[in-house]
Amino acid sequence: MKQTSIIDIISPVMVGPSSSHTAGAIRLGLLARNIYNEMPDKVTFKLYNSFAQTGKGHGTDKGLLSGVLGLNVDDTRIKDIFNSDLAKEFEYEFQYLEDFNRHPNAVDIIFEGHRNMKISGNSVGAGEIEITNIDEFSVSLTGKYNTLLLIYKDVPNMISRVTNSIHVNIASFHCDRYAKGEEASMCICLDGEVNQKVIDFLYLIEDVYMIRYIKKLES
Amino acid sequence: MDKSINTFKELEDICKKNNKQIYEVIQKYEAELAETTEKDIRLLVKKSLDAMKESIKNGLQSKEMSISGMCGDDCDRLQKKYQKEGAIFGKTFEKITTYALATIEENLRMGKIAACPTAGSCAIVPSVLVGVSEDLDIQEEDQINALITAGTIGRIISNKVALAGAVAGCQAECGVASAMAAGALTQMRGGSIPQILNAVALAMKNLLGLTCDPVCGLVEIPCVKRNPFLAIHAVTASELALAGVESKIPLDEVIDALEQTGKLMSPMLKESSQAGLATTKTALNLKEKLFK
Ligand code: SF4
Repeated sequence: MKQTSIIDIISPVMVGPSSSHTAGAIRLGLLARNIYNEMPDKVTFKLYNSFAQTGKGHGTDKGLLSGVLGLNVDDTRIKDIFNSDLAKEFEYEFQYLEDFNRHPNAVDIIFEGHRNMKISGNSVGAGEIEITNIDEFSVSLTGKYNTLLLIYKDVPNMISRVTNSIHVNIASFHCDRYAKGEEASMCICLDGEVNQKVIDFLYLIEDVYMIRYIKKLES
Repeated sequence: MDKSINTFKELEDICKKNNKQIYEVIQKYEAELAETTEKDIRLLVKKSLDAMKESIKNGLQSKEMSISGMCGDDCDRLQKKYQKEGAIFGKTFEKITTYALATIEENLRMGKIAACPTAGSCAIVPSVLVGVSEDLDIQEEDQINALITAGTIGRIISNKVALAGAVAGCQAECGVASAMAAGALTQMRGGSIPQILNAVALAMKNLLGLTCDPVCGLVEIPCVKRNPFLAIHAVTASELALAGVESKIPLDEVIDALEQTGKLMSPMLKESSQAGLATTKTALNLKEKLFK
Protein backbone atom coordinates (compact mmCIF):
# COMPACT_ATOMS: atom_id res chain seq x y z
CA MET A 1 0.00 0.00 0.00
CA LYS A 2 1.17 3.49 -0.80
CA GLN A 3 1.91 5.48 2.34
CA THR A 4 -0.12 8.60 2.91
CA SER A 5 1.96 11.73 2.72
CA ILE A 6 1.65 14.71 5.06
CA ILE A 7 0.73 16.65 1.92
CA ASP A 8 -2.42 14.50 1.54
CA ILE A 9 -3.33 15.45 5.11
CA ILE A 10 -2.95 19.23 4.75
CA SER A 11 -4.46 19.48 1.26
CA PRO A 12 -5.92 19.38 -1.42
CA VAL A 13 -6.56 23.02 -2.00
CA MET A 14 -10.12 22.86 -3.29
CA VAL A 15 -13.39 24.71 -3.45
CA GLY A 16 -15.75 23.61 -0.68
CA PRO A 17 -17.83 22.44 0.92
CA SER A 18 -17.28 18.67 0.71
CA SER A 19 -14.40 16.53 -0.48
CA SER A 20 -16.69 13.67 -1.53
CA HIS A 21 -19.63 15.69 -2.87
CA THR A 22 -17.74 18.65 -4.37
CA ALA A 23 -14.09 17.78 -5.07
CA GLY A 24 -15.01 14.19 -5.94
CA ALA A 25 -17.72 15.41 -8.31
CA ILE A 26 -15.29 17.76 -10.07
CA ARG A 27 -12.77 14.95 -10.50
CA LEU A 28 -15.43 12.59 -11.86
CA GLY A 29 -16.35 15.25 -14.40
CA LEU A 30 -12.72 15.82 -15.34
CA LEU A 31 -12.00 12.16 -15.84
CA ALA A 32 -15.17 11.69 -17.90
CA ARG A 33 -14.15 14.64 -20.05
CA ASN A 34 -10.76 13.06 -20.71
CA ILE A 35 -12.37 9.75 -21.61
CA TYR A 36 -14.94 11.24 -23.98
CA ASN A 37 -12.33 13.61 -25.38
CA GLU A 38 -14.62 15.36 -27.89
CA MET A 39 -16.90 18.36 -27.81
CA PRO A 40 -20.38 17.05 -26.95
CA ASP A 41 -23.71 18.57 -28.05
CA LYS A 42 -25.36 17.62 -24.82
CA VAL A 43 -24.42 16.12 -21.46
CA THR A 44 -26.93 14.53 -19.07
CA PHE A 45 -25.92 13.94 -15.46
CA LYS A 46 -27.85 11.32 -13.52
CA LEU A 47 -27.13 11.66 -9.81
CA TYR A 48 -28.00 8.81 -7.47
CA ASN A 49 -28.76 8.43 -3.75
CA SER A 50 -26.76 10.76 -1.50
CA PHE A 51 -25.43 12.59 -4.57
CA ALA A 52 -29.06 13.24 -5.52
CA GLN A 53 -30.29 14.08 -2.02
CA THR A 54 -27.57 16.42 -0.77
CA GLY A 55 -25.93 17.20 -4.10
CA LYS A 56 -27.54 20.57 -4.62
CA GLY A 57 -26.53 21.82 -1.17
CA HIS A 58 -22.98 20.60 -1.75
CA GLY A 59 -22.66 22.00 -5.27
CA THR A 60 -22.30 18.47 -6.70
CA ASP A 61 -24.15 19.57 -9.86
CA LYS A 62 -21.81 22.56 -10.33
CA GLY A 63 -18.80 20.35 -9.66
CA LEU A 64 -19.75 17.69 -12.21
CA LEU A 65 -20.42 20.26 -14.92
CA SER A 66 -17.23 22.19 -14.11
CA GLY A 67 -15.19 19.01 -14.34
CA VAL A 68 -16.63 18.19 -17.75
CA LEU A 69 -15.73 21.75 -18.76
CA GLY A 70 -12.14 21.10 -17.66
CA LEU A 71 -11.98 23.15 -14.45
CA ASN A 72 -9.79 21.86 -11.63
CA VAL A 73 -10.82 21.31 -8.00
CA ASP A 74 -9.44 24.67 -6.84
CA ASP A 75 -11.02 26.81 -9.57
CA THR A 76 -13.08 29.59 -8.00
CA ARG A 77 -15.23 29.90 -11.14
CA ILE A 78 -17.02 26.68 -10.16
CA LYS A 79 -19.35 28.44 -7.76
CA ASP A 80 -20.90 30.52 -10.57
CA ILE A 81 -20.47 28.02 -13.36
CA PHE A 82 -24.16 28.02 -14.33
CA ASN A 83 -23.93 31.74 -15.18
CA SER A 84 -20.55 31.50 -16.85
CA ASP A 85 -19.97 31.72 -20.60
CA LEU A 86 -18.03 28.48 -20.29
CA ALA A 87 -21.25 26.62 -19.56
CA LYS A 88 -22.71 27.71 -22.91
CA GLU A 89 -20.44 25.31 -24.80
CA PHE A 90 -23.05 22.55 -24.77
CA GLU A 91 -26.50 21.75 -23.44
CA TYR A 92 -26.74 20.02 -20.10
CA GLU A 93 -29.34 18.51 -17.84
CA PHE A 94 -29.43 17.03 -14.33
CA GLN A 95 -31.61 14.14 -13.15
CA TYR A 96 -31.96 13.08 -9.52
CA LEU A 97 -32.59 9.40 -8.88
CA GLU A 98 -32.66 6.73 -6.22
CA ASP A 99 -31.22 3.26 -6.78
CA PHE A 100 -29.90 1.44 -3.77
CA ASN A 101 -28.07 -1.06 -5.94
CA ARG A 102 -25.77 1.79 -6.80
CA HIS A 103 -23.06 3.37 -4.65
CA PRO A 104 -24.32 6.17 -2.32
CA ASN A 105 -22.44 8.75 -4.38
CA ALA A 106 -22.97 7.46 -7.93
CA VAL A 107 -23.33 9.34 -11.19
CA ASP A 108 -23.91 8.54 -14.86
CA ILE A 109 -22.51 11.12 -17.24
CA ILE A 110 -24.12 10.71 -20.64
CA PHE A 111 -22.48 12.42 -23.57
CA GLU A 112 -24.35 12.97 -26.83
CA GLY A 113 -22.66 14.27 -29.95
CA HIS A 114 -20.57 12.96 -32.81
CA ARG A 115 -20.22 9.88 -30.62
CA ASN A 116 -22.52 8.90 -27.75
CA MET A 117 -21.02 7.60 -24.54
CA LYS A 118 -22.25 6.80 -21.07
CA ILE A 119 -19.67 7.00 -18.28
CA SER A 120 -20.55 5.84 -14.76
CA GLY A 121 -18.60 6.38 -11.59
CA ASN A 122 -18.60 6.90 -7.85
CA SER A 123 -17.14 9.34 -5.39
CA VAL A 124 -15.68 6.98 -2.82
CA GLY A 125 -14.59 9.41 -0.10
CA ALA A 126 -11.95 12.05 0.64
CA GLY A 127 -12.11 13.26 -2.96
CA GLU A 128 -11.12 9.85 -4.32
CA ILE A 129 -13.12 8.56 -7.26
CA GLU A 130 -13.59 5.58 -9.55
CA ILE A 131 -15.01 5.27 -13.03
CA THR A 132 -16.65 1.86 -13.14
CA ASN A 133 -18.35 1.66 -16.53
CA ILE A 134 -17.99 3.09 -19.97
CA ASP A 135 -21.04 2.24 -22.06
CA GLU A 136 -21.65 -1.41 -21.26
CA PHE A 137 -18.05 -2.21 -20.40
CA SER A 138 -16.82 -2.47 -16.85
CA VAL A 139 -13.58 -0.55 -16.34
CA SER A 140 -11.50 0.54 -13.40
CA LEU A 141 -10.18 4.08 -13.52
CA THR A 142 -9.23 6.20 -10.52
CA GLY A 143 -7.39 9.09 -12.12
CA LYS A 144 -4.26 8.15 -10.18
CA TYR A 145 -2.44 6.56 -13.11
CA ASN A 146 -1.91 7.46 -16.70
CA THR A 147 -4.23 5.00 -18.39
CA LEU A 148 -4.65 3.57 -21.84
CA LEU A 149 -8.18 2.62 -22.73
CA LEU A 150 -8.89 0.57 -25.84
CA ILE A 151 -12.11 -0.63 -27.38
CA TYR A 152 -11.44 -3.38 -29.90
CA LYS A 153 -12.76 -6.52 -31.51
CA ASP A 154 -12.30 -9.55 -29.27
CA VAL A 155 -9.81 -11.54 -31.34
CA PRO A 156 -6.92 -13.78 -30.19
CA ASN A 157 -3.55 -12.20 -29.30
CA MET A 158 -4.91 -8.69 -28.93
CA ILE A 159 -3.59 -8.30 -25.41
CA SER A 160 -0.06 -9.32 -26.28
CA ARG A 161 -0.03 -7.15 -29.39
CA VAL A 162 -1.00 -4.14 -27.31
CA THR A 163 1.22 -4.76 -24.30
CA ASN A 164 4.21 -5.51 -26.52
CA SER A 165 3.95 -2.02 -27.96
CA ILE A 166 3.79 0.01 -24.78
CA HIS A 167 7.27 -0.38 -23.21
CA VAL A 168 6.13 1.07 -19.88
CA ASN A 169 5.62 -0.78 -16.63
CA ILE A 170 1.97 -1.77 -16.18
CA ALA A 171 0.47 -1.07 -12.75
CA SER A 172 -2.84 -2.81 -13.38
CA PHE A 173 -4.77 -4.36 -16.23
CA HIS A 174 -8.48 -4.82 -16.72
CA CYS A 175 -10.38 -6.40 -19.64
CA ASP A 176 -14.05 -6.85 -20.34
CA ARG A 177 -16.16 -7.90 -23.33
CA TYR A 178 -19.76 -8.25 -24.48
CA ALA A 179 -19.31 -11.77 -25.73
CA LYS A 180 -16.65 -13.85 -27.41
CA GLY A 181 -15.69 -12.31 -30.75
CA GLU A 182 -17.53 -9.06 -30.15
CA GLU A 183 -16.45 -5.67 -28.80
CA ALA A 184 -14.12 -5.70 -25.83
CA SER A 185 -12.39 -3.14 -23.63
CA MET A 186 -8.90 -2.98 -22.19
CA CYS A 187 -7.94 -0.62 -19.40
CA ILE A 188 -4.20 -0.39 -18.73
CA CYS A 189 -2.90 1.68 -15.82
CA LEU A 190 0.71 2.70 -16.34
CA ASP A 191 3.53 3.63 -13.98
CA GLY A 192 5.03 6.02 -16.51
CA GLU A 193 3.93 7.87 -19.61
CA VAL A 194 3.50 6.84 -23.22
CA ASN A 195 4.09 9.22 -26.10
CA GLN A 196 2.03 9.95 -29.21
CA LYS A 197 4.19 7.55 -31.27
CA VAL A 198 3.03 4.62 -29.16
CA ILE A 199 -0.58 5.67 -29.51
CA ASP A 200 -0.24 6.09 -33.28
CA PHE A 201 1.30 2.67 -33.40
CA LEU A 202 -1.56 1.14 -31.43
CA TYR A 203 -3.99 2.57 -33.98
CA LEU A 204 -2.24 0.50 -36.63
CA ILE A 205 -3.29 -2.69 -34.92
CA GLU A 206 -6.15 -4.21 -36.83
CA ASP A 207 -9.56 -4.32 -35.13
CA VAL A 208 -8.84 -1.50 -32.63
CA TYR A 209 -11.84 0.85 -32.72
CA MET A 210 -11.03 3.45 -30.13
CA ILE A 211 -8.00 4.45 -28.09
CA ARG A 212 -7.86 6.99 -25.32
CA TYR A 213 -4.78 8.01 -23.40
CA ILE A 214 -6.13 9.40 -20.15
CA LYS A 215 -3.62 11.36 -18.13
CA LYS A 216 -3.73 11.02 -14.37
CA LEU A 217 -5.52 13.81 -12.52
CA GLU A 218 -3.58 16.35 -10.50
CA SER A 219 -3.91 15.44 -6.87
CA MET B 1 15.48 6.36 5.84
CA ASP B 2 16.14 3.10 7.59
CA LYS B 3 12.78 2.81 9.31
CA SER B 4 9.20 3.73 8.58
CA ILE B 5 7.51 6.11 11.00
CA ASN B 6 4.04 4.84 11.73
CA THR B 7 3.57 5.53 15.44
CA PHE B 8 4.22 8.51 17.66
CA LYS B 9 6.65 6.42 19.68
CA GLU B 10 8.72 5.77 16.55
CA LEU B 11 8.59 9.47 15.71
CA GLU B 12 9.74 10.47 19.18
CA ASP B 13 12.56 7.92 19.21
CA ILE B 14 13.93 8.97 15.84
CA CYS B 15 13.80 12.65 16.78
CA LYS B 16 15.58 11.93 20.04
CA LYS B 17 18.22 9.67 18.50
CA ASN B 18 19.15 12.24 15.87
CA ASN B 19 18.56 15.24 18.11
CA LYS B 20 16.21 16.74 15.53
CA GLN B 21 12.84 18.47 15.47
CA ILE B 22 9.77 16.69 14.09
CA TYR B 23 9.69 18.81 10.94
CA GLU B 24 13.37 18.14 10.20
CA VAL B 25 12.92 14.40 10.45
CA ILE B 26 9.67 14.37 8.51
CA GLN B 27 10.60 16.65 5.62
CA LYS B 28 13.59 14.40 4.97
CA TYR B 29 11.43 11.27 5.35
CA GLU B 30 8.76 12.60 2.99
CA ALA B 31 11.31 13.72 0.43
CA GLU B 32 12.81 10.23 0.34
CA LEU B 33 9.39 8.63 0.14
CA ALA B 34 8.29 10.80 -2.78
CA GLU B 35 11.74 10.71 -4.41
CA THR B 36 12.00 14.47 -4.36
CA THR B 37 13.86 17.17 -2.39
CA GLU B 38 13.13 18.63 1.03
CA LYS B 39 12.77 22.00 -0.66
CA ASP B 40 9.98 20.63 -2.86
CA ILE B 41 8.16 19.22 0.15
CA ARG B 42 8.33 22.61 1.84
CA LEU B 43 7.00 24.25 -1.33
CA LEU B 44 3.96 21.97 -1.30
CA VAL B 45 3.39 22.80 2.36
CA LYS B 46 3.69 26.49 1.55
CA LYS B 47 1.06 26.11 -1.18
CA SER B 48 -1.37 24.85 1.41
CA LEU B 49 -0.37 27.59 3.89
CA ASP B 50 -0.91 30.28 1.24
CA ALA B 51 -4.35 28.87 0.44
CA MET B 52 -5.21 28.98 4.14
CA LYS B 53 -4.28 32.64 4.36
CA GLU B 54 -6.25 33.43 1.22
CA SER B 55 -9.39 31.76 2.56
CA ILE B 56 -9.11 33.70 5.81
CA LYS B 57 -8.76 36.96 3.87
CA ASN B 58 -11.70 36.20 1.61
CA GLY B 59 -13.86 34.89 4.42
CA LEU B 60 -13.39 37.98 6.56
CA GLN B 61 -14.88 40.11 3.81
CA SER B 62 -17.92 38.08 2.92
CA LYS B 63 -21.27 37.33 4.40
CA GLU B 64 -22.64 35.45 1.44
CA MET B 65 -24.81 32.56 2.56
CA SER B 66 -24.31 28.91 1.60
CA ILE B 67 -26.42 27.31 -1.15
CA SER B 68 -28.87 26.06 1.49
CA GLY B 69 -29.09 29.51 3.06
CA MET B 70 -28.53 28.09 6.54
CA CYS B 71 -25.06 29.50 7.32
CA GLY B 72 -22.57 32.12 6.15
CA ASP B 73 -22.94 35.36 8.12
CA ASP B 74 -21.63 34.48 11.56
CA CYS B 75 -18.07 35.67 10.97
CA ASP B 76 -19.45 39.08 10.14
CA ARG B 77 -21.52 39.00 13.31
CA LEU B 78 -18.49 38.11 15.42
CA GLN B 79 -16.27 40.80 13.86
CA LYS B 80 -18.89 43.45 14.61
CA LYS B 81 -19.12 42.26 18.20
CA TYR B 82 -15.37 42.49 18.65
CA GLN B 83 -15.31 45.99 17.13
CA LYS B 84 -17.79 47.10 19.74
CA GLU B 85 -16.45 45.06 22.60
CA GLY B 86 -13.26 42.98 22.60
CA ALA B 87 -13.12 39.36 23.69
CA ILE B 88 -12.34 38.80 27.35
CA PHE B 89 -9.36 36.64 26.43
CA GLY B 90 -7.87 39.37 24.25
CA LYS B 91 -6.69 39.79 20.67
CA THR B 92 -5.38 36.30 19.98
CA PHE B 93 -8.70 34.78 20.97
CA GLU B 94 -10.47 37.24 18.68
CA LYS B 95 -8.22 36.36 15.78
CA ILE B 96 -8.54 32.62 16.19
CA THR B 97 -12.33 32.63 16.45
CA THR B 98 -12.89 35.06 13.56
CA TYR B 99 -10.33 33.33 11.32
CA ALA B 100 -11.96 30.00 12.03
CA LEU B 101 -15.42 31.26 11.08
CA ALA B 102 -13.99 33.10 8.07
CA THR B 103 -12.39 29.92 6.73
CA ILE B 104 -15.23 27.50 7.36
CA GLU B 105 -17.76 29.93 5.89
CA GLU B 106 -15.59 30.29 2.78
CA ASN B 107 -15.81 26.51 2.52
CA LEU B 108 -19.59 26.36 2.61
CA ARG B 109 -20.02 29.12 0.05
CA MET B 110 -17.84 27.12 -2.35
CA GLY B 111 -14.79 29.27 -1.81
CA LYS B 112 -11.25 27.92 -2.02
CA ILE B 113 -9.84 26.24 1.12
CA ALA B 114 -7.17 23.72 2.05
CA ALA B 115 -8.82 20.53 3.29
CA CYS B 116 -6.79 20.06 6.49
CA PRO B 117 -7.45 17.26 7.13
CA THR B 118 -10.97 17.51 5.60
CA ALA B 119 -13.18 20.24 4.18
CA GLY B 120 -15.56 20.20 7.16
CA SER B 121 -12.69 20.66 9.60
CA CYS B 122 -10.64 22.97 7.39
CA ALA B 123 -10.64 26.01 9.68
CA ILE B 124 -9.13 24.65 12.90
CA VAL B 125 -5.45 24.35 11.96
CA PRO B 126 -5.31 27.59 9.89
CA SER B 127 -7.06 29.78 12.45
CA VAL B 128 -4.69 28.72 15.22
CA LEU B 129 -1.57 28.75 13.07
CA VAL B 130 -2.19 32.04 11.29
CA GLY B 131 -3.86 33.83 14.20
CA VAL B 132 -1.06 33.07 16.63
CA SER B 133 1.68 33.69 14.05
CA GLU B 134 0.40 37.20 13.46
CA ASP B 135 0.20 37.96 17.13
CA LEU B 136 3.58 36.53 18.07
CA ASP B 137 5.22 37.70 14.85
CA ILE B 138 6.22 34.20 13.78
CA GLN B 139 7.99 34.03 10.41
CA GLU B 140 6.81 32.05 7.40
CA GLU B 141 9.55 29.40 7.64
CA ASP B 142 8.45 28.63 11.20
CA GLN B 143 4.81 28.51 10.11
CA ILE B 144 5.79 25.96 7.48
CA ASN B 145 7.61 23.96 10.17
CA ALA B 146 4.47 24.00 12.30
CA LEU B 147 2.28 22.92 9.39
CA ILE B 148 4.64 20.01 8.70
CA THR B 149 4.21 19.02 12.35
CA ALA B 150 0.42 19.26 11.98
CA GLY B 151 0.52 17.10 8.84
CA THR B 152 2.73 14.55 10.59
CA ILE B 153 0.26 14.22 13.45
CA GLY B 154 -2.63 13.72 11.02
CA ARG B 155 -0.66 11.23 8.95
CA ILE B 156 0.30 9.03 11.88
CA ILE B 157 -3.29 9.03 13.16
CA SER B 158 -4.59 8.21 9.68
CA ASN B 159 -2.47 5.04 9.67
CA LYS B 160 -4.96 3.66 12.17
CA VAL B 161 -8.12 5.66 11.63
CA ALA B 162 -9.50 6.98 8.35
CA LEU B 163 -9.99 10.72 8.77
CA ALA B 164 -13.61 10.66 7.67
CA GLY B 165 -16.84 11.31 9.56
CA ALA B 166 -18.47 8.44 7.67
CA VAL B 167 -15.88 6.01 9.03
CA ALA B 168 -15.16 7.16 12.57
CA GLY B 169 -17.34 10.18 13.35
CA CYS B 170 -16.34 13.79 13.81
CA GLN B 171 -13.71 12.83 16.39
CA ALA B 172 -11.71 11.75 13.31
CA GLU B 173 -12.29 15.04 11.46
CA CYS B 174 -12.63 18.07 13.74
CA GLY B 175 -11.21 16.07 16.64
CA VAL B 176 -8.04 15.20 14.76
CA ALA B 177 -7.82 18.73 13.35
CA SER B 178 -7.82 20.08 16.90
CA ALA B 179 -5.11 17.61 17.90
CA MET B 180 -3.04 18.63 14.87
CA ALA B 181 -3.46 22.30 15.76
CA ALA B 182 -2.50 21.66 19.39
CA GLY B 183 0.74 19.98 18.35
CA ALA B 184 1.58 22.58 15.71
CA LEU B 185 0.99 25.44 18.13
CA THR B 186 3.10 23.83 20.83
CA GLN B 187 5.98 23.46 18.41
CA MET B 188 5.58 27.05 17.21
CA ARG B 189 5.85 28.26 20.78
CA GLY B 190 9.07 26.37 21.35
CA GLY B 191 7.67 23.31 23.11
CA SER B 192 9.82 20.18 23.40
CA ILE B 193 8.87 17.04 21.47
CA PRO B 194 7.28 15.37 24.55
CA GLN B 195 5.32 18.58 25.11
CA ILE B 196 4.13 18.58 21.50
CA LEU B 197 2.97 14.98 21.75
CA ASN B 198 1.31 15.63 25.09
CA ALA B 199 -0.63 18.52 23.60
CA VAL B 200 -1.85 16.18 20.85
CA ALA B 201 -2.85 13.52 23.36
CA LEU B 202 -4.64 15.98 25.65
CA ALA B 203 -6.62 17.49 22.77
CA MET B 204 -7.52 14.13 21.26
CA LYS B 205 -8.54 12.49 24.54
CA ASN B 206 -11.00 15.23 25.24
CA LEU B 207 -12.79 14.75 21.92
CA LEU B 208 -13.21 10.98 21.86
CA GLY B 209 -16.76 10.04 20.97
CA LEU B 210 -17.59 13.16 19.00
CA THR B 211 -20.26 12.09 16.51
CA CYS B 212 -21.03 13.26 13.00
CA ASP B 213 -24.72 14.15 12.65
CA PRO B 214 -24.94 16.94 10.07
CA VAL B 215 -28.35 18.55 9.65
CA CYS B 216 -29.79 17.96 6.15
CA GLY B 217 -26.64 15.99 5.34
CA LEU B 218 -24.78 19.23 4.67
CA VAL B 219 -21.38 20.30 6.03
CA GLU B 220 -22.97 23.21 7.91
CA ILE B 221 -24.73 22.39 11.20
CA PRO B 222 -22.93 21.63 13.55
CA CYS B 223 -19.70 21.79 11.54
CA VAL B 224 -19.41 25.56 11.15
CA LYS B 225 -19.45 26.47 14.82
CA ARG B 226 -17.49 23.39 15.82
CA ASN B 227 -14.45 24.83 14.04
CA PRO B 228 -13.92 27.94 16.26
CA PHE B 229 -14.74 25.88 19.34
CA LEU B 230 -12.14 23.24 18.58
CA ALA B 231 -9.55 25.82 17.55
CA ILE B 232 -9.72 27.28 21.05
CA HIS B 233 -9.74 23.74 22.42
CA ALA B 234 -6.36 23.23 20.73
CA VAL B 235 -4.96 26.29 22.48
CA THR B 236 -6.08 24.93 25.85
CA ALA B 237 -4.26 21.67 25.18
CA SER B 238 -1.13 23.54 24.16
CA GLU B 239 -1.14 25.74 27.27
CA LEU B 240 -1.46 22.70 29.52
CA ALA B 241 1.29 20.82 27.70
CA LEU B 242 3.65 23.80 27.79
CA ALA B 243 3.08 23.97 31.54
CA GLY B 244 4.32 20.40 31.78
CA VAL B 245 0.93 18.74 32.17
CA GLU B 246 1.16 15.21 30.83
CA SER B 247 -1.42 12.91 29.37
CA LYS B 248 -1.42 9.89 31.66
CA ILE B 249 -2.40 7.77 28.64
CA PRO B 250 0.40 7.80 26.02
CA LEU B 251 -0.57 9.25 22.66
CA ASP B 252 -0.40 5.97 20.70
CA GLU B 253 -2.84 4.41 23.17
CA VAL B 254 -5.15 7.40 22.85
CA ILE B 255 -5.19 6.75 19.10
CA ASP B 256 -6.06 3.10 19.78
CA ALA B 257 -8.99 4.37 21.83
CA LEU B 258 -9.97 6.69 18.98
CA GLU B 259 -9.98 3.76 16.58
CA GLN B 260 -12.02 1.57 18.90
CA THR B 261 -14.52 4.33 19.66
CA GLY B 262 -14.95 4.93 15.92
CA LYS B 263 -15.69 1.26 15.36
CA LEU B 264 -18.21 1.12 18.21
CA MET B 265 -19.98 4.30 17.15
CA SER B 266 -23.36 3.61 15.58
CA PRO B 267 -23.47 4.07 11.79
CA MET B 268 -26.47 6.29 12.45
CA LEU B 269 -24.08 8.83 13.95
CA LYS B 270 -21.48 8.62 11.23
CA GLU B 271 -22.41 11.16 8.55
CA SER B 272 -25.61 9.36 7.59
CA SER B 273 -27.81 12.01 9.22
CA GLN B 274 -30.06 9.32 10.72
CA ALA B 275 -29.77 10.41 14.36
CA GLY B 276 -28.54 13.11 16.72
CA LEU B 277 -28.91 16.72 15.66
CA ALA B 278 -29.90 15.64 12.16
CA THR B 279 -33.19 14.12 13.31
CA THR B 280 -34.29 16.79 15.76
CA LYS B 281 -37.69 18.32 15.02
CA THR B 282 -36.17 21.55 13.76
CA ALA B 283 -33.62 19.72 11.61
CA LEU B 284 -36.37 17.67 9.99
CA ASN B 285 -38.37 20.84 9.31
CA LEU B 286 -35.33 22.46 7.73
CA LYS B 287 -34.83 19.38 5.61
CA GLU B 288 -38.39 19.41 4.39
CA LYS B 289 -38.14 23.07 3.41
CA LEU B 290 -34.81 22.55 1.70
CA PHE B 291 -35.69 19.48 -0.33
CA LYS B 292 -39.29 20.15 -1.25
S1 SF4 C 1 -19.97 16.82 11.87
FE1 SF4 C 1 -19.49 15.38 10.27
S2 SF4 C 1 -19.63 16.56 8.35
FE2 SF4 C 1 -19.47 18.03 10.07
S3 SF4 C 1 -17.27 18.45 10.22
FE3 SF4 C 1 -17.76 16.82 11.68
S4 SF4 C 1 -17.31 14.96 10.52
FE4 SF4 C 1 -17.46 16.58 9.00
